[in-house]
Amino acid sequence: MAQLVADQVPPHEPSGGHGHADAEHAANPYLAHHFDTPKHQFDSGKLGIWIFLITEILFFGGLFCAYAIYRSLHPDIFVYAHYYLDTFWGALNTGVLILSSLTAAWAVRNAQLGEQKKLIFNIVATIALAFCFLGVKYVEYSHKFHEGTLPGRYFNPTHEVWELESYQKAHGQHGSATAAEGHAAAGHEAAEPAGHAAPAGGEAKQPPPGAPVRPRNVGVFFSIYFCMTGLHGIHVVAGIITWGWLLRRAIRGEFGPAHFGAVDYAALYWHLVDLIWIYLFPLLYLIH
Amino acid sequence: MTSPSATADVLTAPAESDSDSYLTHDKGILSWLLTLDHKRIGVMYLMCVMGAFLLGGVFALLLRTELLTPGRTIVEHDTYNQLFTLHGAVMVFLVIIPGIPAALGNFVLPLQLGAKDVAFPRLNLASWYLWVIGATFLLVSLVTNAADTGWTFYTPYSTTTTTSVIPALFGAFILGFSSIFTGLNFITTMHKLRPPGMTWFRMPLFLWALYSTAVIQVLATPVLAITLLMLIVERFIGIGIFDPALGGDPVLFQHFFWFYSHPAVYIMIVPAFGVVSEIFPTFSRKRIFGYKFIALSSVAIAILGFLVWGHHMFVSGQSVVAATIFSGITFLIAIPTAIKVFNWITTMYKGRIHLDTPMLYALFFLWVFSIGGLTGIFLGVMSLDVHLHDTYFVVAHFHYVMMGGSITAFLAGTHYWWPKMFGRTYNEKWGRIACGLLFVGLNLTFFPQFILGTRGMPRRYYNYLEEFQGLHQLSTIGAYLMGVAFVITAIYLLGSLRKPMDAPANPWGSNTLEWRTPSPPAYYNFHNPPEVVEGPYEYADWVYDKRTRGYQRKASHDS
Amino acid sequence: MNAMVEQLVVMVAALGQGLIGRAVSLFSVLAAPAPGGMPDPPKVPSSPWFWMPNSASNFASGIDGMFDFLLWVSVVCMIGVAVAIVYFCRRYGATSREANEAAESQADHSNVLEVTWSIIPLFVVIGVFVVGFQQFVSLRTAPRAAYEVHATGQRWKWGFEYPEGLTHPELHVAVGKDVRILIQSVDVLHSLYIPEFRVKMDAVPGRYTELWFNPTQEGTFPIYCAEYCGTSHSDMLSRVVVHSPEGFQAWVAEEIRKIESMPLVELGELTFNQSGCATCHSLDGSAKVGPSFKGLFGRQEKILGQAGITVDENYLRESILEPQKKVVEGFPPSMPTFKGQLSDRRISGLIEYLKTIK
Repeated sequence: MAQLVADQVPPHEPSGGHGHADAEHAANPYLAHHFDTPKHQFDSGKLGIWIFLITEILFFGGLFCAYAIYRSLHPDIFVYAHYYLDTFWGALNTGVLILSSLTAAWAVRNAQLGEQKKLIFNIVATIALAFCFLGVKYVEYSHKFHEGTLPGRYFNPTHEVWELESYQKAHGQHGSATAAEGHAAAGHEAAEPAGHAAPAGGEAKQPPPGAPVRPRNVGVFFSIYFCMTGLHGIHVVAGIITWGWLLRRAIRGEFGPAHFGAVDYAALYWHLVDLIWIYLFPLLYLIH
Repeated sequence: MTSPSATADVLTAPAESDSDSYLTHDKGILSWLLTLDHKRIGVMYLMCVMGAFLLGGVFALLLRTELLTPGRTIVEHDTYNQLFTLHGAVMVFLVIIPGIPAALGNFVLPLQLGAKDVAFPRLNLASWYLWVIGATFLLVSLVTNAADTGWTFYTPYSTTTTTSVIPALFGAFILGFSSIFTGLNFITTMHKLRPPGMTWFRMPLFLWALYSTAVIQVLATPVLAITLLMLIVERFIGIGIFDPALGGDPVLFQHFFWFYSHPAVYIMIVPAFGVVSEIFPTFSRKRIFGYKFIALSSVAIAILGFLVWGHHMFVSGQSVVAATIFSGITFLIAIPTAIKVFNWITTMYKGRIHLDTPMLYALFFLWVFSIGGLTGIFLGVMSLDVHLHDTYFVVAHFHYVMMGGSITAFLAGTHYWWPKMFGRTYNEKWGRIACGLLFVGLNLTFFPQFILGTRGMPRRYYNYLEEFQGLHQLSTIGAYLMGVAFVITAIYLLGSLRKPMDAPANPWGSNTLEWRTPSPPAYYNFHNPPEVVEGPYEYADWVYDKRTRGYQRKASHDS
Repeated sequence: MNAMVEQLVVMVAALGQGLIGRAVSLFSVLAAPAPGGMPDPPKVPSSPWFWMPNSASNFASGIDGMFDFLLWVSVVCMIGVAVAIVYFCRRYGATSREANEAAESQADHSNVLEVTWSIIPLFVVIGVFVVGFQQFVSLRTAPRAAYEVHATGQRWKWGFEYPEGLTHPELHVAVGKDVRILIQSVDVLHSLYIPEFRVKMDAVPGRYTELWFNPTQEGTFPIYCAEYCGTSHSDMLSRVVVHSPEGFQAWVAEEIRKIESMPLVELGELTFNQSGCATCHSLDGSAKVGPSFKGLFGRQEKILGQAGITVDENYLRESILEPQKKVVEGFPPSMPTFKGQLSDRRISGLIEYLKTIK
């Protein structure tokens, strides 16, 4: 009776000898020993990344669920608080991410066609746009810290909602006279925070008629805002790291028509990151 | 290119396998720590899980010792609360959830499937490292004023206590990703790496079980991850998601937590079902009864398991409507579970039964899991649960299913695959002694707890009223017996590793593919992927060979 | 190899015996319930049944009936499983592997069987579910005209407030009268559990929950906290005393009289015992979670972050109502407030009582 290990066992090769000294594995150094063909490997990786993306959707899903529950329980908080967000920056970031999804998808095509130079360009572009996104987020976050619009018990805004430009635009009102002039930039992430001095030194601000009363626990909105955008931001950073690693491999010429899976999977991940932001933006910034 | 002879043949000379099995192929600690071989990863998981079980077991013995007397016995209130918290967290997150899938599944799955490895070997190694990192964080909590919230981390206590909760939460968070990646790997492997002829309904039931478990791991665990993350953020900067004073809702935490943790118990038990589904046919020399029902009932349990989380919350203030729905669906899960039990028993009917240690553990499982499952019915009844919730009845129920179900099946599988994994046989006599001792110990520990529960003794109690002392003492004695049984088991199993390799390729006469490799297997699993022409539970072609003390495939199948 | 394993196990067993021997002698010293638990724990009354406690409310017989049904179904199933296992192992046991015996039959499916053993359990569980649902609705639907008591859970004691304006650490009710308990928590989750009544409901901070019952038996039964709440969760016990209707009226009247006319020092001592102060403040000079009351009045105390003070009536009153204002240095700021729980007379009583602890 023949014995399994009595066969000639070739010396261990990186792509796995032991009966795999066959044409496929010899021709494709990136083909792992346990897959039969590059397509087999690619399809398996594709299934894997899709399953991972499903887990990411469920991961964010918890936060979307919390959002839905608290918004239905306290709609007044959400309407009141969203004025503190600047739609301009949010929309800009949306555009940035959509553009980066385009460069990412393009990069996949470049990899498939073996166009190394264009691949490198598109990866660099994706990374650059991602940094843009983070830069805008930094501006938004630092403005919030400065303005005191922080989560939970730390919510202590330096400006009332009716003083914000976003509120005034929406309600066609002028706040107090001092608010109108010195605070044209209120609610707008301006570069000179010093310009936001409190009006006329210390006296109580008078709300205009019809202005909303601040509900209790407005901090809940910002808790959800920072958790959701923060978690999203962490995923953008993870994406940047991944693209950086792919950039290195692209420069070394690792990608081509028989081996482009990594770029494809990274782009899929990136599209999901973009998609999540596309949901976040209206839910947080465009509340009516 | 496949050749039937290559698939059908079995090693006759163990000495050959010695020279180049996966255990000896590469030497040195780095060859283990940086391995991509699923078999080595499985072995590392096995050793880690056994170590974690020892730790969790020590906590259990300490807290049962404290419960020997109604007042203070050996520790203070706070220490006791930390003991039951760490016991639960270690056992759930480090032992039972990874348990069978990571330790046994990693080793067996590709072999049983007929593949050379899992789909993503690097991700597999990463899963192991995540386990180690998660375990480290739990240890950090342990040594820095360990968490005392209970493994369920209910708010607002968990957001206000001053103990080391964040490391414990972070550890569980990391362990969640270990679990997710294992599940992802297994699903892809079973979809993409099946050899020719291995249709879904020719797959062994252990693989069906691992598949169902992997689906739960992938869908449920991310929700736990976000819940723990929210809790960490809440503790860290007090954002108020679960704090009523800041507009939050403490019961929302319970919903999020149990949305994962109920499916999690199916992660714990479905692989156990898979293990015993391999053992009953093999040790009865008879096809499993109701293959399709068992396979599909695993999937049904996995799906239904997502819809019943509220049965942990009947007295949380939840509405009657919600409670009704959760209770109704809970009862539905009982049906596929009962079907399995009946099918396993019927497998033995008119079989030829061999009572080796793996089969003894499987029978042990059948008895004890049935008690655990039936007592789940008691708890699923809305009105009765009001009385029994948060009493020792619940503690007894889940220990019967987790210890009596998952751990017993884990032991069954470990004994079943031990010769394949390590090429050595263990001492059968001591196997039976330990099994018997464990059976007595387990029932003595947990049956009195049912009585404590119905009589009103609440759980997580450091002090208790005098009237409950007798039953507590019985329970503690049982716990010590279990400890002895586990020590004996560890001794003879680990001791067997010092012997030379003496195990045949197929000691039990099983027909699944892992037994077509030498014991232990070569590092590459199969030279050529085997062609599968029949179901996994056909025994007619296996003949016992006295000389090798293992089964050989009949010569007529050589080509 | 065998011999070595056996030796090792013998050694371990001997070591274990030695350890257990030492441990047993340790336990006999510690066998008595140690102080630090409740000073006056309730007793569990003996029950005529093996599994369930006394049946003392309107719900008990229905719930016990459900339990008994499930118990007998389970016993029948387990006997069936045991008989099948034992019988099959004996009848179909193989002699040895060498004999290479084949199974008598390879029959591996039967749709009839599968359907049968799915349908029968399905009917059983549906029946059980329906009955359980009906009983649950009853548990959760308090009658309109019930006697309402407010229960407050806090770490680590229960307080019950009666419509007559009385606050008491125990629950007193009249037999045969519907009682509705409105439950709240001032800190973390607790759960009000009365086994003899078969009722339980969580106390959730930030909202009210409720349970109701109609006591059918006079007597005293334990009340437990059934949701883990920290250090002294297992000491958070109380009792429910079921009086005859006349007895209940008398009790209420007596308690009110006590509080209104009892001398302040006596009232103070009663309040001290009823409010769980001893959990954190000793009377004998030993420091617990909070400073000892021995010699407290008139003492100079160093206050965290402020100048020192002399303990006088105002300081004591402030510490009871706003305990975080002036925390004694060296102690944690964990005293809960008793605002709304103690009447002014009770507070005065406490102050007078504390003056007597020298």
